[in-house]
Amino acid sequence: MNKKEPILDVKNISMHFGGLKAVDKLSLQVYPDEIVALIGPNGAGKTTFFNCITGIYEPTLGDVFVLRDGKKRRLNGLKPNKVTELGLARTFQNIRIFSNMTVLENVMVGRHCRTKSWVIGAILRDKKTRQEEIETIEYSYNLLEKLDLHKFANEMAKNLPYGAQKKLEIARALATDPVLLLLDEPAAGLNPQETSELKDIINKIKEEEKISILLIEHDMKLVMNISDRVYVMESGRLLAQGTPREISQNPEVIKAYLGEEHA
Amino acid sequence: MDYFFELFFSGLSKGSIYALIALGYTMVYGIIELINFAHGEIYMIGAFTALIISGILTILGFNKISILILATIGAVIYSSAYGFTVEKIAYKPLRGSSRLSPLISAIGMSIFLQNYVLLAQTPNFVSFPELIPEIKWLEPYSSFLGSTDFVIIVTTAIVLVLLTILIKFTKIGKAMRATAQNQVMAALVGVNVDKIISVTFIIGSGLAAIGGVLIGSHVGQINFYIGFIAGIKAFTAAVLGGIGSIPGAVLGGLVLGWTESFGTGYISSDYEDVFAFCLLVLILIFRPAGILGESTQQKV
Amino acid sequence: MFEEIKKSLKVSIWFMFLTFPIMVIKVNLTDKVIIWRWKNLILVGIGSFFLSFIWRYLLERKAKKAKKEEMGIGQTSIFLKIFNNPKYAKPLYIIFLLFILAFPFIFSMYQTNIMISALIYVMLGLGLNIVVGLAGLLDLGYVAFYAVGAYSYALLNYHFHINFWLALPIGGLLAAIFGIVLGFPVLRLRGDYLAIVTLGFGEIIRLILENWDEFSFGPSGISNIPRPSLFGINLGVKESTIFIYYLIVFMSIITIFVVNRLQNSRLGRAWIALREDEIACQAMGIDKTKTKLTAFALGATWAGFGGVIFAAKTTFINPASFTFLESAIILSIVVLGGMGSIQGVILAALIMILLPEYLRAFSDYRMLIFGASMVLMMVFRPEGLIPSSRRKYEYDPTKR
Ligand SMILES: Nc1ncnc2c1ncn2[C@@H]1O[C@H](COP(=O)(O)OP(=O)(O)O)[C@@H](O)[C@H]1O
Ligand SMILES: [Mg+2]
Repeated sequence: MNKKEPILDVKNISMHFGGLKAVDKLSLQVYPDEIVALIGPNGAGKTTFFNCITGIYEPTLGDVFVLRDGKKRRLNGLKPNKVTELGLARTFQNIRIFSNMTVLENVMVGRHCRTKSWVIGAILRDKKTRQEEIETIEYSYNLLEKLDLHKFANEMAKNLPYGAQKKLEIARALATDPVLLLLDEPAAGLNPQETSELKDIINKIKEEEKISILLIEHDMKLVMNISDRVYVMESGRLLAQGTPREISQNPEVIKAYLGEEHA
Repeated sequence: MDYFFELFFSGLSKGSIYALIALGYTMVYGIIELINFAHGEIYMIGAFTALIISGILTILGFNKISILILATIGAVIYSSAYGFTVEKIAYKPLRGSSRLSPLISAIGMSIFLQNYVLLAQTPNFVSFPELIPEIKWLEPYSSFLGSTDFVIIVTTAIVLVLLTILIKFTKIGKAMRATAQNQVMAALVGVNVDKIISVTFIIGSGLAAIGGVLIGSHVGQINFYIGFIAGIKAFTAAVLGGIGSIPGAVLGGLVLGWTESFGTGYISSDYEDVFAFCLLVLILIFRPAGILGESTQQKV
Repeated sequence: MFEEIKKSLKVSIWFMFLTFPIMVIKVNLTDKVIIWRWKNLILVGIGSFFLSFIWRYLLERKAKKAKKEEMGIGQTSIFLKIFNNPKYAKPLYIIFLLFILAFPFIFSMYQTNIMISALIYVMLGLGLNIVVGLAGLLDLGYVAFYAVGAYSYALLNYHFHINFWLALPIGGLLAAIFGIVLGFPVLRLRGDYLAIVTLGFGEIIRLILENWDEFSFGPSGISNIPRPSLFGINLGVKESTIFIYYLIVFMSIITIFVVNRLQNSRLGRAWIALREDEIACQAMGIDKTKTKLTAFALGATWAGFGGVIFAAKTTFINPASFTFLESAIILSIVVLGGMGSIQGVILAALIMILLPEYLRAFSDYRMLIFGASMVLMMVFRPEGLIPSSRRKYEYDPTKR
């Protein structure tokens, strides 16, 4: 299975805040059509790792490569918007939707990097711009339908219930047409029913859209259930990696991580 | 060489006053991350209060020293009261709203206070009585160090020492530092955050009032608008040193005072205010964290 | 009830103490007299006693409203319902437009002139609305671009006899270039720092205009700036006032048209996204710098146009017209109207400029009221007079 080239190839990445090594020489690969989970106790550096590969922080050391359309590109030092253009899309641990825009508009913003019109187009509304706008609306609406959010399309995003806001973030990320979707604790705060819906959505994204997924999650049941491989982090370092089975039987992991929850 | 020293000391005294005002900005910013735009007006109100008190006392025939002391005390009390009230009206109801709202509210408050003094007192410049007496033993040095400059520098130094003691060693100082570090945590360990914010405004305003009295007697005239320019300059000083940092505000004030003093002395006096603004723009562009501040990365 | 009265009494005493020196005492040192104005003390006492009731009532109401909204049963005001319903809004707009078009024939020249000023502020407000209201960049030096426009026309005309029609686009363009040049280094700054830096820039430009006599003729300014001509015909004062009036009406309509199109476009959505959450915005593939610069430049362009028209209208300009206060007035128009709301900005500009002109007794208090209303608006109605609302996109999946 791992014979293909990885979509995301992270080599020995480190992120230091002053003296704190929030991420320490971490390597990680995600292959096409794969769901990979990144787990670890709070403060392990998982979110920081996401921020490093999506360009929000510039990693202190190490390399990040992404494969899109058969070409491998280095992401270090690129701005977040370039990273998104190259095919990484993400959600945030603390919801960051555009509260005072409608749900549909939130998703339409996600189409930004795949569309072109600018000042002149906006003012003149020529044929090309109108066409682009219609396509944007259609694409975004379809995404909302897929995630069962279309009934909220013209609601203000801030008025949605929490679970729907989390789904909206996923929809918005998908609108950027990524090759890899990074989800930061998508199940946090969801009730069991919403969590199972989330599981279906993630599987659907992988099956139907052919998008690989890297997710940070604390819900062990969900992680063991859907991921193909699991990476475990602790204090910035990689503790273990392997299939869910291997991980759940790894004594070090049980001691360091599962231990504190299952104790 | 005398000219150099003259500029040096006038820069030092000017810088001291900027520092006194800058402290208010920095302390407030340190705690609630707000540029208190109305702070310059608090300082102006301090100057006006001192003018009114000293006017009455002069007419009643008090001597200079007692006038100076009483006027300063009055100015400090009133400025603090205004600072306290402004926070309660214009900022407290806005806590937790977007970042722009309190800033706009602060600008509104600043315009309001300016026009309040304009309407209630006068739109013109009024002359400020000379409160600081000539110091005899300074006479040999008077070619480069006037009595007023001397008093300004010494007063500022004393105030700074007292402030440092207050913040380092008293219970309230510790609570202030804790609140500045992390409001939520401070509240959890039992600090009354609302009270600390009020105290910060009160102290900052009191310091500005001292600055107001000193500058009034230094320049000899004041009007309702002096707070605007002084406020921006003091803010520049605060940013220059690293906003949120108390030693930074002092250092920034002095650097700004010298920049202006040497700039006007050696380059051109027409552009006095331009030096300050240019310095401000340059720092914010090249070193937004300031001289003593350390740059941090926003947590996501 | 007794508790409430006690509270208000306390407030009243506090404010009497607070305003005592400034409101009551006035010292005249030259004649050695002290004037005591006890009446003011009583006014403050009574005023603050009653205002404190209103203050607490409004705060309570706001808290209640917030709670309701949290539970999802927030209601929109009648005002908004009218504006958002095309059935009522359309005729309203048409009547308003007809009124504006007929204005010079109904009212005197004096009033037409005031209306011209008000409409210039409508333009400026809408321009700044792009920067502050849509993109969320607090620009306190907006007046600098206004000055660039005005001085471009005045100087180009003085040196090269360039006429108004050529100066208008040049003024807009120069202001846009200024916007980009100034914006480039500062736009990566955090919101409140950006505010201060733009304020600094505004002041630097004013100080330069004031002190660089060879370039700008210093504080005495430039006079005899020609009014616009019509197809080469020079008009008399009255005709040209009417002409400028229609010109500014036309320009305002263009501005409204353009801003409306912009805010419902890909670019407009990018601006609002930027205002709402910079980090998420970048993560959606939006180039932060480019988007901000575009907002800055477009906003500046309108200030530039406004400046050229202002210079042509007054035929005389000097640096005193371009102080920070002017920026503050334009900003308060945007804030009071409702950030990002075109109708709101127009309404606010008309109220803020016309009201003090017509209520003469009022005009001394104009700035006082500006300041107070900025504070009150932020405290009680941060969304403005007519809050902006987002466009609803109709999409019918069955018609695919
Ligand atoms: N911008 C930052 N500045 C300083 N320290 C940070 C920053 N971001 C994260 N950290 C620190 O890095 C560590 C890892 O945090 P994080 O990546 O959020 O952990 P996780 O997502 O695994 O819970 C924590 O100790 C956190 O305090
Ligand atoms: Mg995390």
